[in-house]
Amino acid sequence: MDKLALDITVPLRALRVDLALEVARETLALVGPSGAGKTTALRAVAGLVRPCRGRIALGDSVWLDTERGIDRPPEARSVGYLFQDYALFPHLSVRRNVGFGGTERVDELLARFGISQLARARPTDISGGERQRVALARALARDPAVLLLDEPLSALDAHTRNAVRAELQELLREVRLPTILVTHDFEDAAALAERIGVVLDGRLLQIGTATELVLRPADPFVASLTGSVLLAGQARPVPDGLTEVVLDDGTLVYSAERGEGRVGVVLHPWEITLAREESSDSARNHVRAPIAAVVPDGDRVRVRVGPLTAEVTAAAARDLALAPGEVVVASFKATGARLVPLAG
Amino acid sequence: MRSASQSAFSALLVLAVAVAVAFLTLPIVAIFWQVGLDGLADGLASDVARDAFRVTLKTNAISMALILGVGTPAAYFLATRRFPGRALVITILELPLVLPPAVAGLGLLAAFGRLGLLGEELEALGLTIGFTQAAVVFAVTFVASPFYVRQAITAFEGVDRTMLDASRTLGAGPARTFWRVALPLAAGGLGAGAAVAFARGLGEFGATIMFAGSLQGVTQTVSLAVYQEFDVDLNTALAISAVLVIASGGLLLAVKALPLWTSSRSTSRSLFARSAST
Repeated sequence: MDKLALDITVPLRALRVDLALEVARETLALVGPSGAGKTTALRAVAGLVRPCRGRIALGDSVWLDTERGIDRPPEARSVGYLFQDYALFPHLSVRRNVGFGGTERVDELLARFGISQLARARPTDISGGERQRVALARALARDPAVLLLDEPLSALDAHTRNAVRAELQELLREVRLPTILVTHDFEDAAALAERIGVVLDGRLLQIGTATELVLRPADPFVASLTGSVLLAGQARPVPDGLTEVVLDDGTLVYSAERGEGRVGVVLHPWEITLAREESSDSARNHVRAPIAAVVPDGDRVRVRVGPLTAEVTAAAARDLALAPGEVVVASFKATGARLVPLAG
Repeated sequence: MRSASQSAFSALLVLAVAVAVAFLTLPIVAIFWQVGLDGLADGLASDVARDAFRVTLKTNAISMALILGVGTPAAYFLATRRFPGRALVITILELPLVLPPAVAGLGLLAAFGRLGLLGEELEALGLTIGFTQAAVVFAVTFVASPFYVRQAITAFEGVDRTMLDASRTLGAGPARTFWRVALPLAAGGLGAGAAVAFARGLGEFGATIMFAGSLQGVTQTVSLAVYQEFDVDLNTALAISAVLVIASGGLLLAVKALPLWTSSRSTSRSLFARSAST
């Protein structure tokens, strides 16, 4: 079991990136705003930027150790790097892009990624989704020991994005490599990674599963980043086009989206309504539970009810006399409950 | 309705273009008109013309090989590395662009001539450079190389750095990355630079006559032959000139077409990035 371990300091013009991470055979997502130093971390692992201090090792193999004067060049580190705009060589065909590293398995890779028919095409002549597959095939061609993915979905339009995300998810599950994924989208991170590290101004604010970050944000930035509520559970389709999800705490909720297996139910707190009594409205989901916390936020109030966090106006909270311990009914529509497949 | 003053202004602009085009094309048309087809054949058949073309092609071919062989790696280094004094190095390499050619010739004489700075050392090695064909190569290389190196730096700077990074992560070392990624992606710009340098080399006159002289069959290049035959046999001078006009026109077209050819195949957005020194 080769584990990637890094502990590095990289001085950049505007900030100092200071990160210590350990990645086993899993996908770790680094999430944060642009300019937070996420890509710099990937570049340091690949050997494309030299940290002023630190150590990077894969198992027993040391790639960088500033104290011992070790700094392997990129070509001597076993990484598969998916660049943000894919960085396909425009002067080479798809086949020669994939075979650039000297692999003999080009045909096998082209077939595996369903791009055999594009072998002779130029990267400029194929679609965004196809480009991503070519770039992935190329990154995996040298049988890397570590996979580095920089914003793998950001170059795609919304339509292609969901399909590619599902493909990528399957691929990551299949290769089981220590993988670092950089994204600014929390939902993508939750879908693709087992653990998520939130990076801001070059520092790691919090690291944990998507559910942990949503439920117990260590920092207001983490809370604002996750924004929506994400509840992990087990999904199965039920009649009427609905999906029934048994949340980890046993609560039963319905979504109008289709899903199966391990999923995250994503809710916007402002779409959850609160009432004293269960009403016969159109909402399919009603959770009756005591209020765990009432947190004022400007002219709004965030109310924790069981596994949910609802956001209501201060006036509504006053009218309902919301207070910790009071039993209320939180309701939300099945159409407002989005499903993201969860890794693991 | 456009006002009369607007129309008058447009007419003025068109007139300026017409004057410029007429002024610049008339001498070129005049060469062909003066020499005629028969004169062209006779002039080019002369020994002077044939020797001059032979000397020019040989010396320029060697110069271009030197310029490309040394200039390309030098330009790649300057385009991809940042170090203190980089701007100074680039400025030094560009100096011959603005140096009067006669001064360049004198400088070459002062450095490599028999009485020059390295004269004794070269003589000890049995090498004489001044007033030999080697001197023509030196003069052409000195004067033409900055045209190539400057364009080559720009061309390499235009190559998306991510492409080079991608090549490295795919297992290619720096040398392989240069051959397989940087060079092909910069090829259009490099070709254009080479065409400009070659055109400049063909027309080299001042530095060559100072450092190499004008000895028919040895150091007399086409430009020197035009100057000499102007006094002796105007028809030969005109015939050589006519060929040079056609060659220059061809090179100019190459300069314009080559970068387009690369950009049409490239996804690099910064193809036309400028060198810091320009």
